[in-house]
Amino acid sequence: MVLFLAVVVVPFLMNVATSFTRWSGVGTPTWIGFDNYVKLAGDERFWTSFQHNVALIVAMAILPTMLGLVLAATLFDYIGKKFGTRTAAGLRAAFYLPQVLPVAVAGVVWGWMLHPSYGAVNEIFGLKVNWLGDPDVALASVMAIMVWFQLGYPVVIFMAGLQRVDPALYEAAEIDGASWGRRFWHITVPQIRPEVYVVLLTCTIAALKVFGPIFVLTRGGPGSATMVPSYFSYLNFFQKVNVGYGSAIATVLALIIVVVTFLFLRVQERDR
Amino acid sequence: MSRAAGRPGAGPGGWAVLAALVVLAVVMLSPFVIVTFNAFKTPAEYAAGGPLTPPQGFHLDAIIDFWNRVAFGEKLWNSFVISGTVAVAAVVLSVLNAYALGIGRVRGRLWILVLFLVANTLPQEALAYPLYYLSKEVGLYDSKLAVILIFTVIQAAFGTYLLSAVLGQFPGEILEAASLDGAGRWRALWTIVVPISRPTLSVLLIFFFIWTWNEFFLPLIFLISNDNQTVPVALGVLQGEKMMDATMSSASALLGIVPAVAFFLIFQRTLTRGITVGAIK
Repeated sequence: MVLFLAVVVVPFLMNVATSFTRWSGVGTPTWIGFDNYVKLAGDERFWTSFQHNVALIVAMAILPTMLGLVLAATLFDYIGKKFGTRTAAGLRAAFYLPQVLPVAVAGVVWGWMLHPSYGAVNEIFGLKVNWLGDPDVALASVMAIMVWFQLGYPVVIFMAGLQRVDPALYEAAEIDGASWGRRFWHITVPQIRPEVYVVLLTCTIAALKVFGPIFVLTRGGPGSATMVPSYFSYLNFFQKVNVGYGSAIATVLALIIVVVTFLFLRVQERDR
Repeated sequence: MSRAAGRPGAGPGGWAVLAALVVLAVVMLSPFVIVTFNAFKTPAEYAAGGPLTPPQGFHLDAIIDFWNRVAFGEKLWNSFVISGTVAVAAVVLSVLNAYALGIGRVRGRLWILVLFLVANTLPQEALAYPLYYLSKEVGLYDSKLAVILIFTVIQAAFGTYLLSAVLGQFPGEILEAASLDGAGRWRALWTIVVPISRPTLSVLLIFFFIWTWNEFFLPLIFLISNDNQTVPVALGVLQGEKMMDATMSSASALLGIVPAVAFFLIFQRTLTRGITVGAIK
């Protein structure tokens, strides 16, 4: 408990306190009240970084959840029945493999694949695109990489969830002649709704916190084409030594995450 | 994707669906394959055949070069020491906390648990600078010990939350029987509670190990000197360095992939059993 205070509670409170000061990391911080927050509200880079966060929520939470639902249901209710559960399990493992990588290593892999001069992707499609260096393309590239990275997680969770669904439901629907699509909408999706909430929540939080892939792939650039709040705060802490400003960014990010978590839990509660 | 519905047996539609999924699986796996191909090539071979051809032989030059340049053995050892210590320490701490909270009935336990859960969702960015500052003050900056301490506490906060839910369902009669037999609380913990909840504990141990292994942000800030870095930090920092050629970069990617896939294969059974545990995080 003492350790917990020292490692989490006290640093967090210090961070909040620092966000009301101007401080370079050495010397005495100067109290400036809400100045950092006022500056933040008018800082265009800060707002773009949150827009990128929304894009990453799409890439890390929404798309993988939707694709994951279709894939899990197909593997479970179609491939598993027609080609055996081993085929389904093998495919599931293939989809899951990217998830086992440290996210920084996934970044290294794709940094190589997308390298403008020797990368494999340009070679496969006969293109000459600078995937991560062109401000118009960089964010889309990062999004695609994150879909690749995240996809396995919902597939595995949803397939585990489907195992607790009563098989009689599917049998009854099949006898009634319900098509695959109808079974998907009327049995699969409602039955594993708790899993959908968990995946959406955890992936949304992960997308809000995303740092590793941005650091490894683009460092927020080119320009601020892939800037996200966590990298923006890191930049202010350790490169621009605007510690007060960085703390304000981190505090806002923390608040957003806590609010999102509570909203999700409320919606989930009401849904029961 | 064609979805021929509900016919028994694998008709042409069935094969089409299977083919589509296999293609998708190949796309998902292709980065692994391509990186492996190129890690085993010589630069000349790469220049001649491009990135997509399989290697002609088994050239370890790029891998050995990269290994020596970053002292990869040392990085692996650092990652092992940090992740292993954190995993063991965090499980022990979680058990002790959860036992006190779940069975000892501490006052205000619900609030403590909510606090732990919130702590787990907080972004590390909001803790990073004060931790950096404090660790400098107490002389722990740029040491493995600082990273171990921080992650032990963060992981144990999650572990306590999870385990106290598990221990809350623990049959009280067994403990009563034990205390009638004269076993103290301490003995009851080690001889009854721990052995019975071993499956959950082993899942937690493995998850803590892998989560800590995969961490990037805090190790990046805390492990500045080369000989303290972990595998993800060393690879992440080197990324984009001009002196790396194509084969050496893919060798570096491969060296990052191999331990992660190895853990996955070793722990696969426990992981698939525990994956729903991880879903809560």
